[in-house]
Amino acid sequence: MAEQKAKKKIVPNKNPMPTQDALERARNFNEVALGYSEETVIAEAQRCLQCKNEPCRQGCPVEVDIPAFIKLAAEGDFDGAIKKIKEKNALPAVCGRVCPQENQCEKYCTLAKKHEAVGIGRIERFCADRELQKGVTLPEVAPPTGKKVAVVGSGPSGLTCASDLAKLGHEVTIFEALHVAGGVLMYGIPEFRLPKAVVQAEVENLKKLGVKIEVNSVVGKFTTVDQLMDEAGFDAVFIGTGAGLPYFMKIPGENACGVYSANEFLTRTNLMKAYQFPEWDTPIKIGKKVAVLGGGNVAMDGARTALRLGAEESWIVYRRSHDELPARKEEAEHAEEEGVKFAFLTSPVEILSNDEGWVTGMKCIKYELGEPDASGRRRPVPIEGSEFVMDVDTVVVAIGQGPNPLVPRTTKGLELNKKGNIVANLETGATSKPGVFAGGDVVTGAATVILAMGAGRTAAKSIHEYLTNK
Amino acid sequence: MFKILEKQVFSPIIKLFVIDAPKVAKSCQAGQFIILRIHEEGERIPLTIADFDREKGTITIVFQEVGKTTKQLGAMEAGDYIKDFVGPLGEPTHIEDVDTVVCVGGGVGVAPVHPIARAFKEAGKHVIGIMGARNQELMFWEDKMRAACSELLVTTDDGSYVRKGFVTDVLKEVIESKGKDNIPLVVAIGPQPMMRAVCNMTKDYGIKTIVSLNALMVDGTGMCGCCRVSVGDETKFVCVDGPDFDGHQVNWAELSLRSAYFKAEEQKALERHECKCGCGGGK
Repeated sequence: MAEQKAKKKIVPNKNPMPTQDALERARNFNEVALGYSEETVIAEAQRCLQCKNEPCRQGCPVEVDIPAFIKLAAEGDFDGAIKKIKEKNALPAVCGRVCPQENQCEKYCTLAKKHEAVGIGRIERFCADRELQKGVTLPEVAPPTGKKVAVVGSGPSGLTCASDLAKLGHEVTIFEALHVAGGVLMYGIPEFRLPKAVVQAEVENLKKLGVKIEVNSVVGKFTTVDQLMDEAGFDAVFIGTGAGLPYFMKIPGENACGVYSANEFLTRTNLMKAYQFPEWDTPIKIGKKVAVLGGGNVAMDGARTALRLGAEESWIVYRRSHDELPARKEEAEHAEEEGVKFAFLTSPVEILSNDEGWVTGMKCIKYELGEPDASGRRRPVPIEGSEFVMDVDTVVVAIGQGPNPLVPRTTKGLELNKKGNIVANLETGATSKPGVFAGGDVVTGAATVILAMGAGRTAAKSIHEYLTNK
Repeated sequence: MFKILEKQVFSPIIKLFVIDAPKVAKSCQAGQFIILRIHEEGERIPLTIADFDREKGTITIVFQEVGKTTKQLGAMEAGDYIKDFVGPLGEPTHIEDVDTVVCVGGGVGVAPVHPIARAFKEAGKHVIGIMGARNQELMFWEDKMRAACSELLVTTDDGSYVRKGFVTDVLKEVIESKGKDNIPLVVAIGPQPMMRAVCNMTKDYGIKTIVSLNALMVDGTGMCGCCRVSVGDETKFVCVDGPDFDGHQVNWAELSLRSAYFKAEEQKALERHECKCGCGGGK
């Protein structure tokens, strides 16, 4: 056996992901990455060394048995592979697309030490898409426990928590504020990175497990967490309301017409389909030259969306340098290929507008990098006298989001931190309030889909324990 | 889906619907609003709650047809269904501990001011109602306002009903006759220019004035930041911090520019909607 392993030929590079032509895709909302073919996925899966110590698994927040599903995929047993994935991951078609794999599972891949990691996410995506196309087989559901759980928010953490609890036999109801389930997967992540049909297919699977989803239901308004437990008969509540409160720069001119929060810009486009205006009723207005403030994935999404909405120029304006961009490498690369331009070491100090209130430019200041700060990144220091005016007519602010305050504000006895995040034990999801659990961005601050899913899973485990012992 | 139980046509452009929405009716309070979406391709629009019946589980909305969505809504009938109806949203009006309050409703603003006047009256306050419209045809709910207020004054811009004059003219007379010290609070709801005019006037008298802002909005839960408004030195979100604000602190000029943000697009959508060429705009 050992001899056989030693003989395994190492294939140094990942099989390339077929994508839409960069310039063509920069003008449409169709998915950028087209997905592997069956032959490619088998070839990619066969690159896996099947290491005994399974380093990739430590990088997966939802603990997918990665070597096992890749082995099955390598053998062409895709039914087996997806079954294996879904033991742990309720949203594989989503994760296969938007997980930052290079910082998680693939980062720990043995091959990555000298070569390119196995394309774990791409294999996952193929298996999930294939199953969605041919019809999903449902996992086993435990007999009803008679316990009721309310899940507040239908984003990645809520969906995962609901799925796990439903499989354990609990009666789960998800309350969603918007008119459609999916949270940030629907309003935030653009269609060209994550088709909405894929999200809805995953949501439908959840419903088949018996999960009820009540849309148009703003907890904190039509009812409170206390009322859910005291009056509506829920035995436990999971709060996964995410980071839905946009931050602004707090600079003069920020309320000018033509300044959007990334949330508004993306919600109009993704959720309300403004790119199909006037067939769809929600408009969006975009100028010729767009500046997107920030350097994360949301900023990349904003800049790429701007091009697709018809902007002639789309700029990422970021106060640090290329090396510090918090966005996934692949997203920054895709943006660049599509023609997004980057203004590094630059930050706005004022947004200028005309008599009609419209943005006419952005006064910026240049930065240089100084000593590393608490985050370990070199601190950007403004250069005195370096002010200049950037010629832009639309500004999208993508500098981050805080926790949505509606639920924290109306839930008595829920401990919050200074930023307004819910204080929850990261090992269990338990909050200061008995029976109330929380996870995802509302606890950690804005992070990734998969981390939120991990938190949903963790909470589901402890909610199950709580209900079992209750 | 949310059923329209009743429709009343107040004028060719002002209509009332009673909607079956028990979840909203159970917890809503005066001053709050809802967001609705008529159909799958529709936009989300905010409308202030004009009345509610907790027992029947209904919400009453009154709206003026302005753009495509409100015109489409106005064309719907009792028995039809609205796709999405979410609420209650926003903070309820704070029923302040004052002896007297003047509640001013201009145009379609009479509808949202009505439950606020009623709440003040139920709290034992002396409520002076002032309602105005451009002309008699656009006047509605005089009877309901009379019931919700201790005394009611009515005016029309063109003098076609009761008296000629703006609500500000009537308000000024009330303040002058009662004495400004006897009017500690004004609540004004109506078109932006009307609320702005009321605030300009009451500011001179030093009378606290609450307005209810109807800003452009998408989600209504604090998520998109579209509805931001400068109040004093701060940026506030109408959807979660409002819709009520101290009218003397509101930056009206900015609000007016922001409200006109999508004017060209709204016009385009409306023209397409009203086009009879078969392009699908009538959907």
